[in-house]
Parts: sequence; structure tokens; C-alpha cells
Amino acid sequence: MPYGLLKLYGSNGSSMAIIKRKFDVVIVGAGGAGMRAALQLSEAGFKVAVLSKVFPTRSHTVAAQGGIAASLGNVTEDSWHWHMYDTVKGSDYLGDQDAIEFMCRQASEVVYELEHFGMPFDRLENGKIYQRPFGGQSQNFGGAQATRSCAAADRTGHALLHTLYQRNVRANTQFFVEWMGLDLIRDEQGDVLGVTALEMETGEVMALQARAVLLATGGGGRIFQASTNAFINTGDGLGMAARSGIPLEDMEFWQFHPTGVYGAGVLISEAVRGEGGYLLNKDGERFMERYAPNAKDLASRDVVSRALTMEIKEGRGCGKNADHLLLKLNHLDADVIKMRLPGIREIAIKFAQVDPINEPIPVVPTAHYMMGGIPTNFYGQVVAPYKTGPEEVVQGLYAVGECACISVHGANRLGTNSLLDILVFGRAAGRQIIEDLKKNSHHKKLHTDSMDMSLARLVRLDSQKDGESVAQVGEALRKTMQEHCGVFRFADMLKEGVTKISEIAEQTNHTEIRDKSKVFNTARVEALELTNLAEVALATIVSAEARNESRGAHARDDFSIRDDNKWLKHTLYFREGRRLDYKPVRLKPLTVESFPPKARTY
Amino acid sequence: MKELDRVRWRCRRGMLELDIVLQEFVDKHYMRLSETELQQFDTLLNFPDNDLWDMITAKKEIEDIKLRSVLQLLRAD
Ligand SMILES: Cc1cc2nc3c(=O)[nH]c(=O)nc-3n(C[C@H](O)[C@H](O)[C@H](O)COP(=O)(O)OP(=O)(O)OC[C@H]3O[C@@H](n4cnc5c(N)ncnc54)[C@H](O)[C@@H]3O)c2cc1C
Repeated sequence: MPYGLLKLYGSNGSSMAIIKRKFDVVIVGAGGAGMRAALQLSEAGFKVAVLSKVFPTRSHTVAAQGGIAASLGNVTEDSWHWHMYDTVKGSDYLGDQDAIEFMCRQASEVVYELEHFGMPFDRLENGKIYQRPFGGQSQNFGGAQATRSCAAADRTGHALLHTLYQRNVRANTQFFVEWMGLDLIRDEQGDVLGVTALEMETGEVMALQARAVLLATGGGGRIFQASTNAFINTGDGLGMAARSGIPLEDMEFWQFHPTGVYGAGVLISEAVRGEGGYLLNKDGERFMERYAPNAKDLASRDVVSRALTMEIKEGRGCGKNADHLLLKLNHLDADVIKMRLPGIREIAIKFAQVDPINEPIPVVPTAHYMMGGIPTNFYGQVVAPYKTGPEEVVQGLYAVGECACISVHGANRLGTNSLLDILVFGRAAGRQIIEDLKKNSHHKKLHTDSMDMSLARLVRLDSQKDGESVAQVGEALRKTMQEHCGVFRFADMLKEGVTKISEIAEQTNHTEIRDKSKVFNTARVEALELTNLAEVALATIVSAEARNESRGAHARDDFSIRDDNKWLKHTLYFREGRRLDYKPVRLKPLTVESFPPKARTY
Repeated sequence: MKELDRVRWRCRRGMLELDIVLQEFVDKHYMRLSETELQQFDTLLNFPDNDLWDMITAKKEIEDIKLRSVLQLLRAD
């Protein structure tokens, strides 16, 4: 049946109106976060549906190489309290300290649990899990380097996904592969009753009814032109939340990795600089010595990214457009490069057409991780100012992983804390849903109009005449975000950017696709993804324009320092009217003393 | 036509490296592949991301001779 007819039937209340299926829990997203939660629920005997745009083990979690942070103390002495301190400091004090304590305390447990599930961690000679040091990890509250990241070779994410997938299959989790979640279904009270979804193979739209819906759709890094994220990272869960009236938190905070390959975005890991590689500008100057005399090229990600951006801005960029810098390795022994950095060499040859044994690699700061997202508490329950209070639990809705803002990363995430986040809060959300479902033992009735929003969007797309091209609008969006809301932010550029992104967002409502067939129509899927990108981009740039300070990954040219008096607070962006609101940072941990804001120096 | 759509979507991966290489490959070569090569490509797409990437960057020996011709095209790009 064409979407138009389906809609007609829907509003007529005919019995044919809604194709629907019923589950206890519907999870949108089969990355590490979604699968960890699913496992908890399926093992407890619930009927769980997990939707994914791609095969579960091809979720973006697969790209994670560095590891999972946990204070096991297998290599050097460690404690969860030190880990907590590092995370609070790394967050530039915007992280919620109760949630951070919760995460760091549970880190060892979730890692051992994973080991028990069969995760092939690297081992030390004594048989214990191998750990490696990572930036931002310290002993004794800011002392010597800690060694905290647990890894499975350079395939931690891959091993994690495969382990969780196998366990889920055994626990009878039902996977819906190549299904795209479209919109949340909410009733008049604001309770969430399910989601609408598009089955790509058939083109059918269905209502998946559930007593609990968990969003685990990952990040939205594709809003930027230079991005380390895979193409599927279009922030769909954020679009779904925003369209249904739920605010997005702290969207101005995006981590830029200093060394993405110029043009392609592919990540060149810090390991290169760890092995002695360094950055050069067009004059052949090792400019990091000016910006960070001690740590130099190994300073933290936000510091190095800002330095690269300054060099380009001041005309010392390389190439005919003076728009990138060079990462030099060719002073290292060819054998060192071949032995220790073989993957990096492949990437440079493939994507920059240079062999780093002979020539430096062109790099630019590249969008990497979204700190903001759907506001939740540390049980994974979505919290929003609705009904009576500013942080009310939205009945039936949960979010975990990169799409959620708990907030444990605050204004800046530490490397390897994200895989930890998805494990701890995936499990916590699973547990909380089990509790909540004891109370909500029945499905609420779905109204016949519950699919109207999704159907209207599909009907519009199918009937659009003389519309915009999805590819062109997407290009404009990414380019505008890169220019106007990148590493360094300028008042006038942000202002102009808000206008431009608003126009582009409007264009996403007038896109036209030539192929109108139903079966496996990727043009339709991409047009729908673009509407989600637009929601993420708008939330980002509107929030960034308003925040008149520099904190963590948000660096303003006109307000160059952190302003705790005015800005020690979380941003909430509401789609309707593009309104902003703020809520306090939770500075009180669960059991220990608060870490008061201090200057953040490394 | 729909086969191309399906293949294009299955080139959407968790690793950006693969997104880029596979999309370029489909744009450049897909229409000219023989029936056997199409099957080879399909087999390759079913490998986990890391394994496929290792095969493309020649870190892994191609054990299956039958996959060689498509892999060689993928490597050459
Ligand atoms: C190159 C790279 C390296 C990294 N390395 C590390 C590291 O070493 N350590 C670390 O801690 N972090 C690392 N990170 C960050 C970390 O990998 C991610 O933040 C984390 O994996 C996100 O997991 P997730 O489960 O939230 O989302 P994802 O793994 O991105 O999964 C999202 C899921 O949602 C599905 N989905 C999305 N939209 C829809 C929709 N509309 N309908 C249905 N399904 C949908 C997708 O198909 C997918 O299954 C790295 C990130 C990058 C880019």
C-alpha cells in the first residue's frame, strides 16, 4: 500500500490502519550500548527487539581500537577514585559527578563480566588482563601516568561487538537488521509507547509497540565535513527525540581529533605521535613547541586541535589552499614505521597517497565524538522538564551510548571512557527497565494516529516536486558546520552559521527523490537520515552560539576562558522555537567529596 | 537496479575506511563486474569489517583464490 493510503486509513481509524508488532522492549541500535542492554533484558526473559540500520557487528563501535578504561591496576597501582578525578577534570567540570562516580566504580566489574562472556582481552605474562596507558589517565589525583585501558589488540571494538552479539543470539534477542527507526510514538501524557520503523527490504512502515523503548543509535559525527565517523552515524536517535519534544543536552560539545587524514577524515591514532611523529606547518616549523612547551605534540586532543586551527587561520597551513598541516614520521627508521605502525602506513598510502616512510601525512582536526545527546540520569532513563519538574523521567523512554548525555563526559571525553560508558550504562539501563516493567505490566493502547508523523514525512518525500537534492543539501550542511562551528568558534561566524543552518534545515523538508519504489530504496533512507543530521546540526550551532565561554571542546575566540560563575551549567536545546534552557551540573558525587572546579592544566 | 541499492547499503560499514573504499569501488567497477565477480564481491561483503580491511590492505593472505580478482581491484584503488 502506498504511504499516502496508509495515512488515509490511519486517520480514518480503519482496522487496516496500523501494521503493528508488540514487544516488551524495543531497542533502536545494535552497537555496544544497545547490545549490552539487550543482553540484560533477554536473559531476564523479556521479549526484546533490537533494530539496526546495518548488521549489528558492523556498528560503529567496531572502529574502536584503543580500549576500555577500568582501574584494574594490573600494570600500575590504580583506583576508581583516581579514575573519577581524571574524568571530572577531563570533562572541564561539566560532567555530573554522581554519574561519573557510578561509572568509575563499576568499571572493573563490567570488564570482568565481559571477560567472563568470552571477550578475548590481551594478557599479561601472569595471565591478568593487559592494560595500556592513555592520555588524561593519572595516579593519585593528577600525579604520574596511570595504565588503565584494557584492550584486545587493535580490535577492542570488534571483539566487544562479536562477544555481545553471540551472547544475545543465545539469549534469543530478536534482531531486525536493515530496519530504520523513524519516530517515537508518544501519547497525550507524553509517555512513550513505541517507535515507528521502516523495513528497508520491503519498504513497509510499522509501529513497534513496547512497554519500554531504548535509544542506542550512536553519534552524529557526519554533520561535519571532516569526520572520523562512519557514514551511518547520522544522529537518528537525537532526531527522533527532538521531533517528539525532548530536549538535547550540551550539543555544543564535540571532540575534534587533531589528526584526521586531510580530505578523507580517517583517524591517524595518537600512537604516531607517541612513537615520535610530530606536526609541521608550511614553514617546516614544529609549531606545537609554541603552544605546549612541555607536552608538545602529545598535549591533549583539544589543545592540539586548537593549535592546528590557529596555524591554518594565521596563514601557515600547507598545500595550495593552505588548509592543512603535516604529520612527519619520515625521520623515524623505516623499520620502526613498518613494525609498529603498519596500519597507519596503510591508511596514509590509501587515503593520502603518501608513504609516510618518505613523506609527511597531510592532516586536519576532525570531528570525532559527540559529548552531548539525549538527557538521561545514570539509570538510562530519559529526563526532561515536563509535567511538574525540570528533570522528570519520561515514562517508557531510555537512552544509552553516544546518543545519550548522562553526562559523564561533560565538555570533553577522555579516550577509552566511551566504551566504558556504553557497557556500564547499557547494563544499568537494562536493569532499570526490568524494575520499571514490574510496574508497567501492560501495553498502553496505541492510537490510530500514532504513525501520523512518520507517514506525513514519507508522503511529503514521495510527493515532492521540484525539490532539493539530498546530496547537495547534505554537502552544504557539512560544509557550513565545518566553517562556522568547528574547532574555534567566532561570534560573527556562529551568528551567520545559525541563519545558514536554519535555511539548510528548512531545505531538508523539501528534498526530492527520483526513485519512489518501496523495495530497498536507499535514496529514501538517505533523505530521512538527512532530516536527522539537520536536527543535530541545528541543536549544535544554536547551543554553541549561546555559550559565551570556552570550556573543554567548546572554544570561543571572543570568550577565551572558562566562566564558572555564569556557565557551570548544562545546555538544553528544545526544537520547538529553538529555545534554550539550562540546568545545573550535579557537583555532588554519590559517596565521596566533590571535586571543585580548578584550572585544567596538563 | 535494486541489487545495486542493496549492495550499496551493505557497503555501509562500521569503519570509515571501508565506507570510502567500498563506495568508490562500487561507483567505479560494479557495473562492469562479471557474474562470478559479483558473487565474489558479495562474499567479501559478508566478512567482518576488520578482516575485510586486512584483506584489502594486504595484511592478510588471500586464502581463497576465488576472491582474488575482486580483491585485486579493491587493492588497486
Ligand atoms: C575511529 C574511532 C575510534 C574510537 N576508539 C575508541 C576507543 O578506543 N575507546 C573508546 O572508549 N571509544 C572509542 N571511540 C568512541 C566509541 O567507539 C563510540 O562512542 C561508541 O562505540 C558508540 O557506541 P554506541 O553503541 O553508542 O553506538 P554505535 O556503535 O555507533 O551503534 C549505533 C547503532 O545504532 C544503529 N542505528 C542508528 N540509527 C538507527 C536507526 N534510525 N534505526 C535503527 N538503527 C539505527 C546502528 O545501525 C548501530 O547498530 C572511537 C570512535 C571512533 C570514531
